[in-house]
Amino acid sequence: MNFLATIGEFFLAFFAQTGRLSVFIGQTLAAMLRPPIYFRIIGQQIIRIGYFSLPVVALTSFFTGGALAIQIYYGGNQFNSEAIVSSIVALGITRELGPVLGGLMVAGRVSAAIAAEIGTMRVTEQIDALTTLSTNPHKYLVAPRVIAATLCMPILALIADIIGIFGGFVVGTQSFGFNAAIYVQRTINFLTVDDVSSGLIKAAVFGFIIAIMGCYNGYYSKGGAQGVGRATTNAVVSASILILAANYLMTSLLFSS
Amino acid sequence: MTAKIALSDVHKSFGTKDVLRGVNLEVETGQSVVVIGGSGGGKSVMLKSILGLLTPDTGSIKIDGRETVGLARNSRADIDHQIGMLFQNGALFDSLPVWKNVAFRAIQNDGMNEADARDLAVDALRQVELGPELLDLSPASLSGGMHKRVGLARAIASKPEIIFFDEPTTGLDPIMTDVINHLIRDCVRELGATTMTITHDMTSVRAIADKTALLYKGEIIWQGSTNALEVSDDPFLNQFINGLAHGPIEVEGQQLDTAQTAEAV
Repeated sequence: MNFLATIGEFFLAFFAQTGRLSVFIGQTLAAMLRPPIYFRIIGQQIIRIGYFSLPVVALTSFFTGGALAIQIYYGGNQFNSEAIVSSIVALGITRELGPVLGGLMVAGRVSAAIAAEIGTMRVTEQIDALTTLSTNPHKYLVAPRVIAATLCMPILALIADIIGIFGGFVVGTQSFGFNAAIYVQRTINFLTVDDVSSGLIKAAVFGFIIAIMGCYNGYYSKGGAQGVGRATTNAVVSASILILAANYLMTSLLFSS
Repeated sequence: MTAKIALSDVHKSFGTKDVLRGVNLEVETGQSVVVIGGSGGGKSVMLKSILGLLTPDTGSIKIDGRETVGLARNSRADIDHQIGMLFQNGALFDSLPVWKNVAFRAIQNDGMNEADARDLAVDALRQVELGPELLDLSPASLSGGMHKRVGLARAIASKPEIIFFDEPTTGLDPIMTDVINHLIRDCVRELGATTMTITHDMTSVRAIADKTALLYKGEIIWQGSTNALEVSDDPFLNQFINGLAHGPIEVEGQQLDTAQTAEAV
């Protein structure tokens, strides 16, 4: 009986959480579309979310591109196909690794920061203060962060694509002695607009997920410093899992069609 | 005459815990009402219900005769606009300098330009006896007393008709407590505002209250003028205002009346 009760409690909590998140997303979308829109705060958030994430995304993609080139070279060598390194690095980075790894790195940095900031505002009554000052917290706090992250992530993914391909290029030309001009030419010839654009679409969705999970967990945090810490952890974990799940779904949709 | 704020049979529960069990309270225009009561007695829940931050389960809360229970946030914008609130710890926005905190409502809602907003902040800070040198400081660099005073400046900056004070002197030294009490009294008199304060601090009660109400276990069990407070023979009120451990008020779920204590000994 206790076992059944535990299962029941788990599912009730899960559905309650899902419902609350759905309402939160609905309120955020409404806040994003209806004025006032706080352009100055959106600008500030673009700098915090996009600009300050550049180093971590750049380093991640560079090393990933390099590692991918090594893996393909030695994997491909068995079939005497090292020539395909450039094309598979380009494909892997633009379609999957650029947006997904970039998204995961930004989730770790940005989702946590957003949850900590909004969570602290919640437990110190700053969100209540906003409401009593006739300012909608969804419009003032949540919408600018979600808009900024959704706009920034495709740009970060594009930069990750370029640097990731460059990482593969450096390893291919310096370690394996590929001809630089041929490597570049093969990359350009093989890559299509759809490869890049599918990654950028994914990145925009990941940006939305990163910001919404940070805001949601921070907004409903409670219990002082411990509660803020819990919200931060939950934000990163939930954003990361949702990014991977959304990536699978979008890959299925984008490439099956 | 219609009361400025009227609570009628307000109930609020969290799960199985009944926090408000039928609160009835009226605040007349221009009156300063102080609600006292022990920790966990429902004071903050009552205040948040009036502010629309919590929705009561049942009952009525009217401001200027207008029912606010069940009103969507957008629909009570005009009510919110006439309300100022000083939170327990100031609740100043960390990301903004002092002047933007004080003039927040004017900047965000009234579209006031920065020069006028700075002037507004200077004026509001002057009313709480703070100088313009604080304007560009971050709230994190302020002392506890200054935090409260900047919070008070923000609460009065838009010249509201109703001001709420949540534990305005908690955590302050006796001198700063007196300063805050005087500022509240002077600001309220100058604005002609109606105020509701929740506090444990009897010094504040005697300094700022026209009327006092004792909230115990989610109900107003006594209310009257400050003069009546001193001469009342209500055992609950006497225990609270004299800070006695023994009496009819249960402390942390344990009844500490004399008989029980004697029995325990």
